[in-house]
Amino acid sequence: MGEMEQLRKEADNLKDQITAARKAMQDTTLQEAAASINVVGRVQLKTRKTLRGHLAKIYAMHWSTDSKLCVSASQDGKLIVWDSITTNKVNAIPLKSSWVMTCAYAPSGNLVACGGLDNMCSIYNLKGKDGNVKVMRELAAHTGYLSCCRFLSDSEIITSSGDCTCVLWDIETGTQKTIFAGHQGDCMSLAVSPDFKFFISGACDFTAKLWDIREGTCRQTFGGHENLSRINYILDLCKLYDLRADQELITYQDSSIMCGVTSLAPSLSGRLLLAGYDDFNVNIWDTLKAERVGVLAGHDNRVSCIGVSSDGMACCTGSWDSFLKIWN
Amino acid sequence: MQDPCTGVKSQPLRLVITTIPHAITGEDIVSWLADRFQTGTQEARHLGSMLVALGYIYPLQNHKRLVIKPDASLYRFQTPYFWPTQQLPVEDTDYAIYLAKKNIRKKGILEVYEQEQYNHLHKWMNHKWDFIVMQAKEQYRAAKERKKPDRVVFECQERAYWVVHRPPPGTVSAMDYGLDRRVDPNVDETKTPDFYERIMIFTQQSIMRPRVKSSVSIGAMVKYCSTYSGHDPFLSKCLPSNPWLTDDVTYWKQNLHNVEIPTKMRVERWTFSFRELLSDPRGRDDFRLFLKKEFSGENLAFWEGCEDLKWGTAATMKEKAEQIYKTFLARGAPRWINIDGKTMEITVSGLKHPHRYVLDAAQTHIYMLMKKDSYGRYLKSPVFKETTKKAVCPEEHKFTETQLEHNAKNRRPSVSPIVLWQQEQEQKAKMAASAPVDITQLCRFTTPVPHLAVYSGFSDSPSTDTSPSLPFLTQSPACPSPISVALDSTSASERRLEASEAEGDRNPDCGASVGGNTCRPRMPLSLRRLLRRGCTPSSMFASLSPKCHSAAGTSSRIQPISREDPSQAPPRQVGNFFQIKVDIPPECRIYPIESEDEDEERRAASRGVGAKEIICPWESLTSQNGTS
Repeated sequence: MGEMEQLRKEADNLKDQITAARKAMQDTTLQEAAASINVVGRVQLKTRKTLRGHLAKIYAMHWSTDSKLCVSASQDGKLIVWDSITTNKVNAIPLKSSWVMTCAYAPSGNLVACGGLDNMCSIYNLKGKDGNVKVMRELAAHTGYLSCCRFLSDSEIITSSGDCTCVLWDIETGTQKTIFAGHQGDCMSLAVSPDFKFFISGACDFTAKLWDIREGTCRQTFGGHENLSRINYILDLCKLYDLRADQELITYQDSSIMCGVTSLAPSLSGRLLLAGYDDFNVNIWDTLKAERVGVLAGHDNRVSCIGVSSDGMACCTGSWDSFLKIWN
Repeated sequence: MQDPCTGVKSQPLRLVITTIPHAITGEDIVSWLADRFQTGTQEARHLGSMLVALGYIYPLQNHKRLVIKPDASLYRFQTPYFWPTQQLPVEDTDYAIYLAKKNIRKKGILEVYEQEQYNHLHKWMNHKWDFIVMQAKEQYRAAKERKKPDRVVFECQERAYWVVHRPPPGTVSAMDYGLDRRVDPNVDETKTPDFYERIMIFTQQSIMRPRVKSSVSIGAMVKYCSTYSGHDPFLSKCLPSNPWLTDDVTYWKQNLHNVEIPTKMRVERWTFSFRELLSDPRGRDDFRLFLKKEFSGENLAFWEGCEDLKWGTAATMKEKAEQIYKTFLARGAPRWINIDGKTMEITVSGLKHPHRYVLDAAQTHIYMLMKKDSYGRYLKSPVFKETTKKAVCPEEHKFTETQLEHNAKNRRPSVSPIVLWQQEQEQKAKMAASAPVDITQLCRFTTPVPHLAVYSGFSDSPSTDTSPSLPFLTQSPACPSPISVALDSTSASERRLEASEAEGDRNPDCGASVGGNTCRPRMPLSLRRLLRRGCTPSSMFASLSPKCHSAAGTSSRIQPISREDPSQAPPRQVGNFFQIKVDIPPECRIYPIESEDEDEERRAASRGVGAKEIICPWESLTSQNGTS
């Protein structure tokens, strides 16, 4: 037991060292640095479009890179690709398993993916002849439900699963290229960096990990908060972490908000953070000042997913009331 | 329980012709259990159900319902081989064999759900299907050799086993244990030394990771937010009008990928960072134009090639990597990029086993080169100034109510990105096919006047004695690193221009005769010639450039210089001439290189056209026109 004690002491010592190192780097806080920035003022976005057509709860949505099309997944077993301007449905893809929890749009616009309790990530080819949308691949190797998936290109996709791993797949061969293992709890969400070199995964073990896609290793871990269910690259849950300085920066909270956050999306400049909550609203936070600058109310049920288009013009929210709303 | 004396009373059961030995009734089981464990019937029934559900006892009648019925319905003990405690892995292969066997025994005997499973397994295990059928046949044959009662018993047992492990739809399986998790979340991790070791390793790595001061990173974030806030549609107005608000799509039309005149906002974004410039296709075009004027276009072309490799399909990866190597990295490459020796070494050795990220190091180097050097100059260049001047700042729309309604009625669905991409590709192909052969775009290299005699150096090593002006060649006779060769060329290019012109011609030919060296003795030689004057037929490069796929066909016509060439022309003149026979339509306007062309033309004229010769693309024109 003496050895164990020693090891434990060493481990604790190292943990203290990390804390000290982090503290040493912390020569300013976000509040101080942002003090001189102008206040953003009230941001009011209105519902411009309502996308009707799903028959059950919407669990996930994702914008296409052209900022006009988006795909949404609902537990009625359908994946619908919407033209958000005209609110037309471009494609309505029936799914084999209706228990879908996530969907993704490829950057090229050729593919969409979805997955859920069937443990598989199904990839659909939108470019099929005579407008037929067919299953291109079924990536099956996870032993747990698929919580999130994101395309890197037309040939690679990253998925996170309830079996505590994230996997990088080669779509053409349908095989796993890299398995990112290390979480102790179900991986609930992931977000890929804009340069496609890293991604962050959040899990139910209260941590978020930054992974290097190329190396397959975990570079940083952030942790210590309640169940992590939503990640976005700049920000996570309702805490903002600074990756380079390895600090936790700020928590976005307000005494009037009692419920949990289900989804996050930053605006184009990063100044605004839109977060969907269980109380049927979306709150808009000023990232730098940590103040609430707006509310989007309009859904009749929990807001389950939110996304800002790549040109930053519109924000789309999907809810358990089976509607998607475009706000601007 | 199976003990003949103290166990459950069993008797043989008559079943048509055969008898099934040791059948027990449900009520007997229940009563025995109650008796044995001194519990009530309820408990005994429960225990009995569990035994049946888990497969230790199986029912003979109604075999699909795994419950115990405390009446005269009959059960049997499962053979220990099939007990769950054996923890035999329940493989799909075995199940497939079982179903196949059943199918062989009597077609049509498979239940609906079994049929489905069979089809599903057939699809998933197609690669093993021969094995499975063979196994099934073997087992069937072996079974036939047994005595009938044994066979029937075994069939029952197997069937029961599979009912437990592959339950029919709608039934709950006792074998269900939930998700396969790597770590049981309910169990605290045991604190073994290994546990601490892992924590320590991870923590140590974390400590060693470079950290940035908060002020720096927060400052950067604040700066980013303020820089982009003017461009954030949620925070500031969109000119001419936000399409979401007014249903007027002018904004999107003005910001298309390939618009002629970009908007002022867009141009402003290009000044934010190099990444922004590159990620906007219009910005990249502008940058490309600038680089063309600076004659360092190969950097951007290489970068684009690398991106194409990274994100393209795996099937084309190998040939893409080869093309990139031939065009940009090889010794004597037509668009040779200037990267340091170490990076080149890594890249070249990596290219032996090309994978998606093999060009990463080189790409990063070139990216940083462009960012630190070209980008700054671009922002001050006349090209950029011109673009900024021409950029439009659209007037804000002021729509009246009726106009807004009108707009709303005229909403057009947006074009699918797939269609847009296809259109772009078609346009590019058209441009590539019909555009004038734009040699200048591909002509120069970063190094002032690189003399590609140096690239042939490796194969010329034996002849280096004859060319004292090329001392570097003596370094490594076998295969000098192209970089070292290139670097030398960079520094002493002027000198060599004179000196090697004399030897240049002789060298490659001697080199060719020496042959012997590994990397592409012929191709670089011919390219060398071509590139000496920096002239390459655009069609050849069109095929190598990632974008112009349509012109690929013509590249096959490039022939290596035959040995007869040198004998024809006087050494001095032939020195830097390169001819490629290409199919260039006569109406193409070819932009010859500004200076020193007259020499070239003379040489070109003096060359004549041999069977394997390559003809300078502009020869046909300029020889008529005289000068450029």
